[in-house]
Amino acid sequence: MSAQIIGGYFSSHVPGIGGAIARGAQAEPYWKPFFDGYPPVRTWLAQARPDVAIVFYNDHGLNFFLDAMPTFAVGAAAAYPNEDEGWGLPVYKTFQGDPGLSWHIIEELVGSGFDITMCQKMKVDHALSIPFELAYPDVAAWPVKIVPIAINTVQYPLPSPQRCYDLGRAVHRAFQSWQDDTRVVVIGSGGLSHQLDGARAGFINADYDRFCLDHLANDPEALLRHSTEEVAAIAGTQGVEIVNWIAARGALGQGPHAEVTRNYHIPISNTAAATLVLTPT
Amino acid sequence: MTNPESMALRRGIAGTLLFDGELASRGFELNAMCFSFNDTANRAAFLADEDAYCRRYNLTPEQRDAVARRDVLAMIEAGGNVYYLAKLAGIFGLNVQDLGALQTGMSVAEFKQYLLDQGEAAGCAPASNDVGVAA
Repeated sequence: MSAQIIGGYFSSHVPGIGGAIARGAQAEPYWKPFFDGYPPVRTWLAQARPDVAIVFYNDHGLNFFLDAMPTFAVGAAAAYPNEDEGWGLPVYKTFQGDPGLSWHIIEELVGSGFDITMCQKMKVDHALSIPFELAYPDVAAWPVKIVPIAINTVQYPLPSPQRCYDLGRAVHRAFQSWQDDTRVVVIGSGGLSHQLDGARAGFINADYDRFCLDHLANDPEALLRHSTEEVAAIAGTQGVEIVNWIAARGALGQGPHAEVTRNYHIPISNTAAATLVLTPT
Repeated sequence: MTNPESMALRRGIAGTLLFDGELASRGFELNAMCFSFNDTANRAAFLADEDAYCRRYNLTPEQRDAVARRDVLAMIEAGGNVYYLAKLAGIFGLNVQDLGALQTGMSVAEFKQYLLDQGEAAGCAPASNDVGVAA
């Protein structure tokens, strides 16, 4: 027996998206080109019916502070609440966890040499919640359980793209040895190119973004040639969030993948925003 | 070890400081104060008495001065990290595009246009000129 991997869903997670949803601004000219990327995601999820989502994301100072910053943190909780992230915005719905699958993944990761941080209490921020708000806009409760995996993209040294890919590959091995045929969707949250800080704020690199979108499905190793510092130089300081996509791609396994849908738009807030669904072929 | 070329990029990207141990150490107090703003009562306490609140978090003189002047680049130079500074900016009613304008010396309208122009150059579906709605 093994978990069934239905595919990967990749999305940007800018806080302003949550604000636009709260205001009902999805059809406004500024936002429409971005939100138009999501109906195909919803259709795909309705057909693929995942039970659990493994979510690679980065915390923006809700759960983790610099007093103790894990490079990789895996949730093993029964529930994951959101809270006020400092702006007094509406709080996102709480997620249900899957502690059994979490501990199984943790066993595989530590057994594979990833000395991750294990979290039985873990608040999840907009980076985790927004992809679900976009994918399941009208639900009273989230239809999937989650296993959140937070990657440090705040405080250098950050893990390299190669290391994040290898982390994902270890998660894939955990799927293969899982006890039942749970249907799993892998989610990578973040990016694409953007920079919020410094005199270079507003920096975007559409060429690099397209390179990532073009290679993620069937040549993900092409994204592993850069160090994280090089990614920051190429894609902006927050463009390093692409490591969440890279880890998620690793978790899909090494076989070929087909692109179900892709959307790319500049700008959403300060960010080049992208949406992508890949399925194993 | 991180290779020398990548280490050099920590301070080698124009207009950019990568937030490493040196900056994280320098900025700990400022970032700790900003982290406290996840709590609405703490945001109110800051607004009620900014000086007292900054003293409670032992901001360095450089950090206190940067906060007093609302000088984002100086906050970053003093070790502030943008993920945490964004919470302080929210108290001042500033979003990330306001922050972008403050850091680049552009007006907010110019900064938003700079982003729109990059979209147009990349061949994205044209966005409207209604740039006021972006958070």
